[in-house]
Amino acid sequence: MIEVLRCGPFTSVQDLGRFGFRHLGVGQSGVMDPVATQQANLLLGNDLNAAVLELTVGPLQLAFHQDCTVVLTGVDFNTTISTGKASAALKTIIPGQAIALKAGMQITLQRSSIPGARAYVAVSGGIDVPVVLGSRSTDLATGFGGLHGRALQTGDALPIGRFFSPPAKIPFGIRPLAPSHVLRAMPGPDYDAFTAEAVQRFWMQPWGISHQSSRMGLRLNGQALTLQQPLSLLSAGVLPGDVQVPPDGLPIVLSNDAQTIGGYPRIASVIKADLWQLAHLPPLTSVYFQPVTHAVAAQARERQLRYLDRLKASLSGNE
Amino acid sequence: MYERCVCGQDWQSARGCYRLTVMNSDADSVAAEIRVTQLGEDALLFLFTPSAAQQPALPTQQKLWQLTYWLESQRDSLGLIEIVPGMGNLLLRASRKTLLNTLRDLVLTHWPQLPEKDVPGRLLEIPVTYGGVNGPDLEAAAAQCGISKERFISLHSRTVYRVYCLGFQPGFAYLGGLDPALELPRLSTPRLSVPAGSVAIAGSQTAVYPTNSPGGWHIIGHTETRMFDPQSEHPSLLLTGDSVRFVILEEAL
Repeated sequence: MIEVLRCGPFTSVQDLGRFGFRHLGVGQSGVMDPVATQQANLLLGNDLNAAVLELTVGPLQLAFHQDCTVVLTGVDFNTTISTGKASAALKTIIPGQAIALKAGMQITLQRSSIPGARAYVAVSGGIDVPVVLGSRSTDLATGFGGLHGRALQTGDALPIGRFFSPPAKIPFGIRPLAPSHVLRAMPGPDYDAFTAEAVQRFWMQPWGISHQSSRMGLRLNGQALTLQQPLSLLSAGVLPGDVQVPPDGLPIVLSNDAQTIGGYPRIASVIKADLWQLAHLPPLTSVYFQPVTHAVAAQARERQLRYLDRLKASLSGNE
Repeated sequence: MYERCVCGQDWQSARGCYRLTVMNSDADSVAAEIRVTQLGEDALLFLFTPSAAQQPALPTQQKLWQLTYWLESQRDSLGLIEIVPGMGNLLLRASRKTLLNTLRDLVLTHWPQLPEKDVPGRLLEIPVTYGGVNGPDLEAAAAQCGISKERFISLHSRTVYRVYCLGFQPGFAYLGGLDPALELPRLSTPRLSVPAGSVAIAGSQTAVYPTNSPGGWHIIGHTETRMFDPQSEHPSLLLTGDSVRFVILEEAL
């Protein structure tokens, strides 16, 4: 069991997401950075879909009441490890390395080295909350899944799943991917409804990340995008990655907690292989969109999956 | 008999826009035009209703429900991850291995073969307390429609609505069939919090809010009926194609 001794807002239990229920209005939830999550789970010998903790704001202080191996991925959160005794010296741990903890030890994630970028805490066996509608992810808007359907609070107790194979004993760590701030995207259903100038602006302009961004969507600031004429659309299914343009002309990249149906024009969709970046784009930085074809998108996705396969093979010593 | 015309660039292009025109068999007249666009690399959006329409015609939506049932029955063999009907449209999200061109052709070939008949949905009755503290907008809504509260309640509760689609929140059913006399635009300032169980109207639709959330619809009543239970094997009370009637429990006038 892991005891939450101290906790900032927005830390939640997530796995790779909830799929197959969008027709009932149930969103995807899940980690915003599936690459970092799978890196961590591979290092631990976990199922790729094992649940982890996602952090946006620190601090997070955890006390381990059983022996356990931990991996941090995503952004560096200035993390220290202690034996739990007040006099003991603190040791710093960096992302991407498997750390064996004895019962009674504590880790403290202070604050993100890049405020607004996210970190993940994975444990051997995974966070063992009940599976609801096929997933352990927390649906924060509706309040189910995860731990009691909400963000973590001080005093919470997190169950750890049973663990069978020992984590890989490796002398090296995994370097977290650094976001390029370029989101490759394919034109969306309403691409042709925008003015030529707006389309050009969409691809050429640096888009500032708004403070109002959340797990629901990345809100962007820049010169507004205009339609050729007002467009009234019937409600239709939307997916994470879709770039919606509400009447104010400022795009929103829908993310994991976005609702399932929307009625705003969609100028583009960010390709799957680049969606993990949404977890690490802090306010006041900017992003660009780059147009790509279906073939490029599919290739990028294949490459990402091959990377994880290779990582798995090298960890199990098969390569 | 179809005539296919590719609009814009080629289907394989990033634009991914495709138009299918279904012609009447006897004449040159166009019976329907379906637009298909790609959404990212793994999803297709089929638009069965002309974009200018305020809401889809019921027969089109009924055909859409049938298509949905048909696709549901082969969800795994087709490699479909999400099958999401909307208002006169359908979103399909497929697994990485599914060929979108094959999926698109399958749907476009099957669409004209679907019979123009209703689906066997259920009829559910939802008891409602109209007005009062839990229906704060009833009075203003009735006034805006130029009818009495009693008349408003009677018109709202005598209609059999259909679940066109679900979305917005888990278990939130868009109910079509609202009496035209009750049509109102959304509130100019949405509420930051609408309580769960609120019965509301907006445009040509009515709905029940399953969970507390922000919302811009006119709240005219309240139900104790639980609309969504994630722990249940059937988490949503209402499903696409169901019929719904609101039963007057009390008029808290």
